[in-house]
Amino acid sequence: MTVRFEGTANYVATEDLMMAVNAAVTLGRPLLVKGEPGTGKTQLAEEIARALDRPLFRWHIKSTTKAQQGLYEYDAVSRLRDSQLGDPKVHDIANYIVKGRLWEAFESEVQPVLLVDEIDKADIEFPNDLLHELDRMEFYVYETRQWVKARHRPIIVITSNNEKELPDAFLRRCFFHYIRFPDPPTMERIVAVHYPDLKKELLAEALTTFFRVREMPGLKKKPSTSELLDWIKLLVAEDIPPEALRADDPKKAIPPLYGALLKNEQDVHLFEQLVFLHRRQGR
Amino acid sequence: MLVPFFFKLRDFGVPVSITEFLALLEALEARVASASAEEFYYLSRACLVKDERHFDRFDRAFAAYFKGAEDLFESVMAKIPEEWLRRMAERTLSEEEKAKIQSLGGWDKLIETLKKRLEEQKERHQGGNKWIGTAGTSPFGAYGYNPEGIRIGQDGSRHRRAVKVWDQREYRNLADNVELGTRNIKIALRKLRKFAREGAPEHLDLDGTIDSTARNAGMLDLKFVPERRNAVKVLLFLDVGGSMDDHVRICEELFSAARSEFKHLEYFYFHNFVYEFLWKDNRRRHVERIPTFEVMRTYGHDYKLIFVGDATMSPYEIVQPGGSVEHWNEEAGAVWMRRLTQTWPNFVWLNPEPVERWEYTPSIQITRELLEDRMFPLTLSGLDEAIKALH
Repeated sequence: MTVRFEGTANYVATEDLMMAVNAAVTLGRPLLVKGEPGTGKTQLAEEIARALDRPLFRWHIKSTTKAQQGLYEYDAVSRLRDSQLGDPKVHDIANYIVKGRLWEAFESEVQPVLLVDEIDKADIEFPNDLLHELDRMEFYVYETRQWVKARHRPIIVITSNNEKELPDAFLRRCFFHYIRFPDPPTMERIVAVHYPDLKKELLAEALTTFFRVREMPGLKKKPSTSELLDWIKLLVAEDIPPEALRADDPKKAIPPLYGALLKNEQDVHLFEQLVFLHRRQGR
Repeated sequence: MLVPFFFKLRDFGVPVSITEFLALLEALEARVASASAEEFYYLSRACLVKDERHFDRFDRAFAAYFKGAEDLFESVMAKIPEEWLRRMAERTLSEEEKAKIQSLGGWDKLIETLKKRLEEQKERHQGGNKWIGTAGTSPFGAYGYNPEGIRIGQDGSRHRRAVKVWDQREYRNLADNVELGTRNIKIALRKLRKFAREGAPEHLDLDGTIDSTARNAGMLDLKFVPERRNAVKVLLFLDVGGSMDDHVRICEELFSAARSEFKHLEYFYFHNFVYEFLWKDNRRRHVERIPTFEVMRTYGHDYKLIFVGDATMSPYEIVQPGGSVEHWNEEAGAVWMRRLTQTWPNFVWLNPEPVERWEYTPSIQITRELLEDRMFPLTLSGLDEAIKALH
């Protein structure tokens, strides 16, 4: 085996994630990544590209995206316009073939990383339409009668937020990894990677507070890794001392700058109520 | 070589196909994983399992295959209620006690004794040194100390005996037969959304294009319109208070998320069962009541009716006039239920109570009969079935 992915300076990869990535890279199959929002699914592709020093092609999927758009599009409308204007370009159909992200990735000189982001946003048929392309890494352009073949099998990372079930035939061709919410020790490593100069006490207090907030029952949207990182950034920027985060001080039971952690009015309200109750019991 | 493992996975209900199995073998051949069991676990999981809901099944199958002995107890485990085995206490044993335990016989003998004791024993048990339970010194049960002991429902390692990743069952709450919680409520709603909207978004507006092209002196000007969305109308009836307090949180989540998923969604609260009044604001339930008849007149037959409630109450509350615990109802709840289901022929009842308990609760049985058996558990798979029944 040539390359191994072991995380990067900016990205902490757990053992099972490394295994899934390396299996996908070695066998040249797509890797499907799921997990809570904000656990770094999209970032994974960027970090793989960085770690292995490969170019990255991003294909962001929307509800209107069609599989064909990833291969190529025949821009019939502008050809029709050109024909009405008498443009000589119109005689060569190849002028109106617009390359998609997949085609670009197939043409790359070195093995590229292709990110297919949020595949579940697309129509239910979308993954099925890509089966052959992902399997054989080639497709046929009907308009110009040519085969497009990948020079190097791209490393394909597909992310999903579980909005739709993906078809079995598609899943069977992928490796699968579910990014779990990090446990406290992993979280510490993640924060350390992003804020290496952070004071120990502040980190410890911030993490305690963070996991306390997460464990609160009834939250509509639990804060995730990306929210924690934002919050710590704010704490550092505002120069908040670690003592301010300590939970045993009843007056400070609401963490400062909680807006970075709780993104929902009801959650903030719920939190305040709980703190209020807690304080009354404490008396 | 791993063929028995493959079949073990299928036995445990992990949907593995041959393609995936071959991919695993290919990966092994390419030396993606070294000889360590943990790496093999991660690799095989990435190859074979494509849905986090199946992780738990995979973990159990893996443990069963590689430990060999444990699946013998799956059947026994199923009969032992889980809370019964939940950790209640821990204590550290003296060296003397440990030595004493060592004296017990071999593996076969342990199994035999376990079976015998399971028959004798009928209640939850904790501590002690004979019965099966938690934190004792009997060879059967968990959180105890017996070097030759049989593990039942233990989720961590005591006394530093090797704890395996697959033994931690961390994905238990992602399995689709568990009750809805904060984690899987989103997926549940996405399932609901399936019937709220579907399909491709853009259509060519032919009339508009012709018109606009003509105005444009013959230069082509394409016009698109968004495809008409399949607007499903939903009436949500939520049980609050009383025996539902346990489930109120789940229901509220389902409901608050559901509100953003549907264009046409109306919700009403009731207490235990439906009678002549419903209300929209739970805090003002005694002040702002809405007659059920009014609701029936207001919303058309094409609304789909979804009840969320545990249907756990005294049977009188359903079948007797005046049976309601809150007020005097002239007509029995059953009469009102029939009226509702006639008004909206597409209806389901989602019940957060575990299915196993349904049989033993008479009021659930009565409600199911009234609803022509369209009652489903409030789990991911139950929700799937409910949506199918609504179509």
